[in-house]
Amino acid sequence: MADLPYTIDAEVDATDVVCPVTFVKAKVALEELDDGQILAVRLNDGEPVQNVPRSVKDEGHQVLKLVDNGDGTYNLIVRKVGD
Amino acid sequence: MAFTNEQLERYSRHIILKEVGVKGQKKLMEAKVLIIGAGGLGAPAALYLAAAGVGTIGIADADTVDISNLQRQVIHSTPDVGKSKVESAKESMLAINPEITVNTYRKFVLAKNVMELIADYDFIIDGTDNFPAKFLINDACVLAGKPFSHAGIIRFKGQLMTYVPGEGPCYRCVFKEPPPPDAVPTCREAGVIGAMGGVIGSLQAMEAVKYIIGKGKLLTGSLMTYDALTMEFRKIKLPHRHDCAVCGDHATITEPFDYEQAACELN
Repeated sequence: MADLPYTIDAEVDATDVVCPVTFVKAKVALEELDDGQILAVRLNDGEPVQNVPRSVKDEGHQVLKLVDNGDGTYNLIVRKVGD
Repeated sequence: MAFTNEQLERYSRHIILKEVGVKGQKKLMEAKVLIIGAGGLGAPAALYLAAAGVGTIGIADADTVDISNLQRQVIHSTPDVGKSKVESAKESMLAINPEITVNTYRKFVLAKNVMELIADYDFIIDGTDNFPAKFLINDACVLAGKPFSHAGIIRFKGQLMTYVPGEGPCYRCVFKEPPPPDAVPTCREAGVIGAMGGVIGSLQAMEAVKYIIGKGKLLTGSLMTYDALTMEFRKIKLPHRHDCAVCGDHATITEPFDYEQAACELN
């Protein structure tokens, strides 16, 4: 995945919940954004990192990057597609 | 309105659905549905709508819980026998979902009170068991411009249709007038298989949910029938009638009125 320049418009922490609520939190946060805005979702390693990127792609959004925070969590960077 | 983590978990299977999402769940939480009849049809409809988080649910019924109700009216339990049906229903709904508001109306729905009763609600579910009530609810909803779900069950058969103002026929377009009192047996006399209320009442809840979230196609313009013995669903297309007495071009019914009840009904 090529590094694209982006600025994060909103962040959500989904490390306090388990699947599928991780995706639900991401989805709720995405619904508040406008087309083209960028969301960072903080996820625990394991199931959330497996599932959430695929689920947001299925909804038509664009996954830009998955950043390893080095503490067992990842930041998933998503561009919202659609209104 | 922001969701709490608990609400996100409670409604997660809804919010995940593309057709519901956050917007649809918020619409459900802001919606007001009135269920007339806390019996075989009203029981599953009320439970599913409460579970779905429909913000305000009204329930109207004059009866008390009888042991003969429990074979199909799954919102009531054995310890509820003798209790008013609306109170018993309210307790079951709030046990499933304490976030909602339940309004109880322990009364028969009649011409004198029906307009006031439906006025505050977005969608009405007819879960009654007699023709006078079904025609009354139809006429009132047409006159007030309210969408509603009609249903009826007997023996191994059930039917339902949905009325939305300006879209397709009303119940009176299809059936015109009630049969003479005692011409058709009530389910008390004829019997009804318990799960029939579950099937048809759940479909009524489904129609209410789809209407509220504004997704999918409703049963407007067709009557659905279900025969459990042959295991056949049929969807019969029905037109709006321009000569309908309540929703036609020259309507003669301008206010709700009561038909005579079969002698046993009001006891």
